Amino acid sequence: MKYRTRAFVLIAVVIALGGAGGYGAWAYARYLTQSRAPSEVSVAPSAAAGPVIFFRNTASGQGQGMVAAVPAHDPKAPRTLTSQACDRVDATAGRRICLRTRIGLDSTTEELILDADWHIVRTRTLAGLPSRARLSADGRFAASTVFVSGHAYSGSFSTATEISATDGESFGNLENYSITIPGTSLTPQERNVWGVTFAKDGDTFYATVGSSDRNWLVRGSVGQRTLTAIHAGVECPSLSPDGTRIAFKIKSSDPNQQQVRLLAVLDLKTDQVTTLGENRNVDDQAEWLDDASVLYGLARGAPIGDSDIWVLPADGAGKPSLFIEHAWSPSVVSGVRS
Amino acid sequence: MYLSLSDWRGRKSETRATAPPFKLAPVILALGVTSLLTDISSESVAAVLPLYITASLGLSTIAYGFVDGIYQGISSSVRIAAGWTADRTGSQKWIAFAGYGLSALARMALLVADGFGSLAAVIAVDRVGKGIRTAPRDALIRFAAQPEHIGRSFGVHRMLDTVGAALGPVLAFVILLVIPNGYRVVFIASLAFAVIGVAVLGLFVPNERRRHPATAREPRPGWRDVNTPAMRRLLLVAGALGLLTVGDGFLYLVLQSRTSFAAEWFPLLYVGTNVAYLLLAIPMGRLADRWGRTRVFIAGHGALLAAYVSAVLPWAGLPATLATLALLGAFYAATDGVLAALAGLLSPQRAAASGIAAAQTVVAVARLISSTGFGLLWYAVGGAPALWIMAAGLVLVLPLAVLLLRAAQGAGVQTAAQSVP
Repeated sequence: MKYRTRAFVLIAVVIALGGAGGYGAWAYARYLTQSRAPSEVSVAPSAAAGPVIFFRNTASGQGQGMVAAVPAHDPKAPRTLTSQACDRVDATAGRRICLRTRIGLDSTTEELILDADWHIVRTRTLAGLPSRARLSADGRFAASTVFVSGHAYSGSFSTATEISATDGESFGNLENYSITIPGTSLTPQERNVWGVTFAKDGDTFYATVGSSDRNWLVRGSVGQRTLTAIHAGVECPSLSPDGTRIAFKIKSSDPNQQQVRLLAVLDLKTDQVTTLGENRNVDDQAEWLDDASVLYGLARGAPIGDSDIWVLPADGAGKPSLFIEHAWSPSVVSGVRS
Repeated sequence: MYLSLSDWRGRKSETRATAPPFKLAPVILALGVTSLLTDISSESVAAVLPLYITASLGLSTIAYGFVDGIYQGISSSVRIAAGWTADRTGSQKWIAFAGYGLSALARMALLVADGFGSLAAVIAVDRVGKGIRTAPRDALIRFAAQPEHIGRSFGVHRMLDTVGAALGPVLAFVILLVIPNGYRVVFIASLAFAVIGVAVLGLFVPNERRRHPATAREPRPGWRDVNTPAMRRLLLVAGALGLLTVGDGFLYLVLQSRTSFAAEWFPLLYVGTNVAYLLLAIPMGRLADRWGRTRVFIAGHGALLAAYVSAVLPWAGLPATLATLALLGAFYAATDGVLAALAGLLSPQRAAASGIAAAQTVVAVARLISSTGFGLLWYAVGGAPALWIMAAGLVLVLPLAVLLLRAAQGAGVQTAAQSVP
């Protein structure tokens, strides 16, 4: 009886660990072959001149996870690969920001500020997982949002957003700025800031404050350390190049789809909101291609981690169309030095 | 006569003279190994879940917050029901088995969960499994332990449990380091450990109660078994202290804001607490058996008080951080298993799982309320002052707790004496 019990447990151990080990070995072998295989998309050896779009290349094969570039006027052209790996990337003419997951016992985010040739200017570690990264148009300011996830022991969830000077110090977590929301007081859980977008005046920025249930578009000032609500129900704002409109995520009006976020545009002068023609759930901070259309990423579903970049007219008329396949985190750069 | 709070004072020498040498029951070892394997399984997944959800599934921050809430909240809601069912049916083993089995099934479902809804459901099922298994398993430990060494027996179990909790994230980390995007490998490894854990429980742990069938005359277990004066006092004390127990996360945040060392190592502070916990689990259990379980339970909250003070005192730096983590680990080592032992001893055997479940639920709910309240307090007055307020609360409540538990002593002897088989 005792021996039989032991034999059964031994069999269970052998089957379970053997199966898991076998699967692990197979997955490792597949990873090796895939990462050595040529990219599944066509790759160009050198970049064309003119405005480009940088993005994270999610195509399997060589260069997966690296920053790539395509000409802005011909996004379907073969992509050029850099040797810089990023989960989130944003670029200006002279500066780049790259957020990279550093796998560890508790994973953290590495924030890199790079120059136009992808040489590192500075790095620092952020406690949390990469979420959003933006630079101001002049490259002076960088903003990073990370997910701060609760460990089983430590509990709560939040996002942490910091603005820093690309050549120096951080101005601290935005939740410590003075937050003004007329007629409302925030609960501690709602004291969450995410998704920064910079205006061109060197001080003003926009971001979201709140939770999934209640959130506000705030206008912030780096110098004054203030955040002031200007509109409710706005997540992940993105300021248009002409500075007149904000593209953002809006909660679906369908009560059965409270988890779905759609794209919309807010006119800052008229306060009018236009929902755009994308019916799928969007989890990205939109990026303006020009003053007429926005770019955003959508997961492909399988394999996990793969996604495409789509383009959509910003006036509410028109349907989305595929912009760059196997790509994520687009960043439009008009005046690249190279 | 050992089965009570009676060791609060006086009987030490008598107890020690007659106590048989400690011998770890094979059942407790098997339950410890099951917990170790199950914790490797659950903590390896918990460690990669935020990464998997946000980086790979592409769910929004808010979705993650919701999933995390499920993760934290669900298990205590089913605990009492499971404890009561275990007592009613006398099948502690099989109720615990169902709980472990349910969590193992959830690991299988995790492999096919591909969206927000399915993932949330899978996590909910896993937590329900955890809620079901805890109290019946602790009742099995209580039955199998030598009465004189019950604290030490729980200590052995909690030590193994915490070793698993420490190994899980390491396993996940190593897999993801070797195979980037290897989430599925982590999930399958997690499933393997869960299955082995269930097999060890199913094959090595006998159902104690079936071996000692209740006599026809023994009344069916009911709430009156838990609703005794001594038990009420224990629940009151555990609940009041739970309301003053700040979540680890908040303590880490205070440390982070005060010392550069803690800020740099913030993500790994919980590892330090875990290490202290697993090193101290057995010594604290032994101390509880010798010196008194209620004393150690109270002293554990003294360690918590010391941890608050150490976190806010102006002696910032590495020593402050390490001292706080060690004190926090000592708090868990002195209270978690000891509370289960106390609740198990204060309930008659036929209601052990219900009694343990009641105590654990009271503590879980009290801590949930405490966390919410402390969050509000933090934003009202700041982290360090909020911690001073909680420390002051402990200073006030601890003497009352001592008085209440001393008063519980007499009643405890009576209740426990009736239950000795």
